[in-house]
Amino acid sequence: MIALTTDLKRLGAVRAPAGFADRVLAGVGMADSYARFETVLGDVYVAWNRLGVSAASRSASAQDFEEWFRKDVGRPLEPAAAPAELAEKIQDELNGKRRMRFDLRGLTPFEQAVLRKTREIPRGEVRPYGWVAREIGHPAAVRAVGTALANNPIPYFIPCHRVVRTDGHIGNYGGGGPEAKRAILTMEGVRLKRLEELARAGFRYQGVRTTKVFCYPTCHTGRHALEKNIVWLHDEAGARAAGFRPCKVCRPAAVA
Amino acid sequence: MEGVDHFFERMVHEHQDRVFAASLAMTGNRHDAEEVAQDTFFRAYRALATYSPERIRDLKERAWLHRIALNVVRNRVRGVRPRLVELNGSESDRSPGPEVLAMERMQIDELATRVADLPIRYREAVVLRHVRGLSYAEVADALGQPVGTVKANVHRGLKLLRGDDHDRVDD
Repeated sequence: MIALTTDLKRLGAVRAPAGFADRVLAGVGMADSYARFETVLGDVYVAWNRLGVSAASRSASAQDFEEWFRKDVGRPLEPAAAPAELAEKIQDELNGKRRMRFDLRGLTPFEQAVLRKTREIPRGEVRPYGWVAREIGHPAAVRAVGTALANNPIPYFIPCHRVVRTDGHIGNYGGGGPEAKRAILTMEGVRLKRLEELARAGFRYQGVRTTKVFCYPTCHTGRHALEKNIVWLHDEAGARAAGFRPCKVCRPAAVA
Repeated sequence: MEGVDHFFERMVHEHQDRVFAASLAMTGNRHDAEEVAQDTFFRAYRALATYSPERIRDLKERAWLHRIALNVVRNRVRGVRPRLVELNGSESDRSPGPEVLAMERMQIDELATRVADLPIRYREAVVLRHVRGLSYAEVADALGQPVGTVKANVHRGLKLLRGDDHDRVDD
């Protein structure tokens, strides 16, 4: 004979279903939700919470993305329906409009500074790692900048692909290797061949004779200069010696 | 704010099984149980946001969550409640096991359905006393009823449950 109270006790030992706690935490905005979005870059998994977008990756599957997120970000994660508003923001971001908010809580202040600075680089332009290091007040920390960018949890939207090696080479890319980096930069309108030719010739800056200003080669302020007025410069000292001052927009050197 | 979030996250992990089990016994199926259990935690979260640190510190979490869960169930009964019949375990459990476990799960779900069919005053008393294993004094406290009333309701509830069970008389 089965004692009823024993059965009731077994009923009391029932466990909550898988993912229950994560769904509760997501419901009050404490866990992250994620969905897959179709973009010009292909399918991108994007995670978000009430503070903003927290991660992005072109993972092969939802499972891969979840595993990576839990390991890298370390918060609970729940699949969700893709909000139309976020889908729109994602398209806008990839088209060069900056509308997105980010949640960078898990990162160190240095990493956050690197990513915020990187976000200022306009679409269609690139900057050297050294530029990021100098702009955030750690001019010697070029390698640390590289590491911070390699661990960028939100590639594509925080455009770490727009940071290249100081010698003008494209450099590596955490968001899918150098090939992916080339593809994205080309899509954004960066003329990589020309950039690499300049780098091989040792030219880092473009000076404009009429304005006496020197810029990074991709800076948009120098784009409309006439070909005959352009001079190519090797370094800052040479540029200054020739009477050029650094551009105030792309800031190729500290403005004195 | 950060403090409340941490407190809440720990509370969810610590009490999720308890709250879910009680919700299952109160509603009789896993779908409604998940809704009730989620609702319970959502209400708890909203309440915590308004509580002073002292009040949070002195909180008797278990009894507090049970009271919220009972209120969630009572409020649901007032609305239209679609009765869902679970044909099989469609949702994944955290410990998916062999068929023995599936059998046990079916028996447990069947019992939950029967408990959920009890009139609410017997159901609450039986769930807190025998499913959740609280003492009579604790049940009385959670329900705001005298101990004698609780004992009587538990007794009648068990009797009704046995009555469904082929008139079997076990002590």
